[in-house]
Amino acid sequence: MLEYILAKYNFWIYVILMMIGLYAMMGKRNLVKKLIGMNIFQTSIILFFVSIGVKAGDATVPILKGDGHGHGEHLIQVADYLNPLPHVLMLTAIVVSIATTGVALATLILIYKRYNTLEEDEIMAIRKDASSYKTQR
Amino acid sequence: MIWQLDIVLLIFIVVCAIAAINIKDLLSAVIILGAYSFFMCLLWTEMGAVDVAFTEASVGAGIGTVLFIAAVNKTSRRSKD
Repeated sequence: MLEYILAKYNFWIYVILMMIGLYAMMGKRNLVKKLIGMNIFQTSIILFFVSIGVKAGDATVPILKGDGHGHGEHLIQVADYLNPLPHVLMLTAIVVSIATTGVALATLILIYKRYNTLEEDEIMAIRKDASSYKTQR
Repeated sequence: MIWQLDIVLLIFIVVCAIAAINIKDLLSAVIILGAYSFFMCLLWTEMGAVDVAFTEASVGAGIGTVLFIAAVNKTSRRSKD
C-alpha cells in the first residue's frame, strides 16, 4: 500500500499544487494574486495529464524505430513508446490558458482605470458607497 | 525518467508556487511565476513530453510573463496580502 502511494508521487504534487492555486483564487484579495493562482491551477492540471502518459522502463519519445525508408523498420510494442495523446491535448490547453490570462489582464487594467485599486475589498466598498448614494437621492 | 531529478524539480515547483502567492511585491511574484513555468518546462522535458515543454517555455513562460509585467506596470505594484 505504501509502495503504491509513493510510486504515484507526481499525482500527490499535482493535488498540492491544485490546492495552492485554489487557495490563491479564493483566499487572496488582490486580483493579480487571484490570476497567479489561476495559472498555477491550470499548470497543475496539465501536470496531471502529462503524468498519465509516462510509462515505466525505457519507453522512448519516437513511436517508430528504423531510418524511415523501410530499412530495419518494424512496428514496436505499445510499452516501448510514451503515450502521445495527453501531450497533444495539453498543447492546446497551454495556448487556451495564455488566452484566458490575456483577457483577464485586459479586464484587470480596465478595473484599475475605473476604481484606481486592485484590492477586492476596496472595490466592493467603493461599489457599496456608490449604490447607497444612488438610493439616498 | 530519473526519479531523483523528478523529486528535486517537484520540490522546486512547490516552493516557487508558495512563494509566488505569498510575496507582497507583485513584480517579484510575477517573476517567480515565470521561474515556476520554466521549472515546469524542465519537468516535462524530463518526463518525455518535449512538445509540451517547448510550448510552455515559449508561450507560458515567455509571453505569459511579458503580459503580466505589462499589466503590473500599467496598474499598481503593491499588494496588501
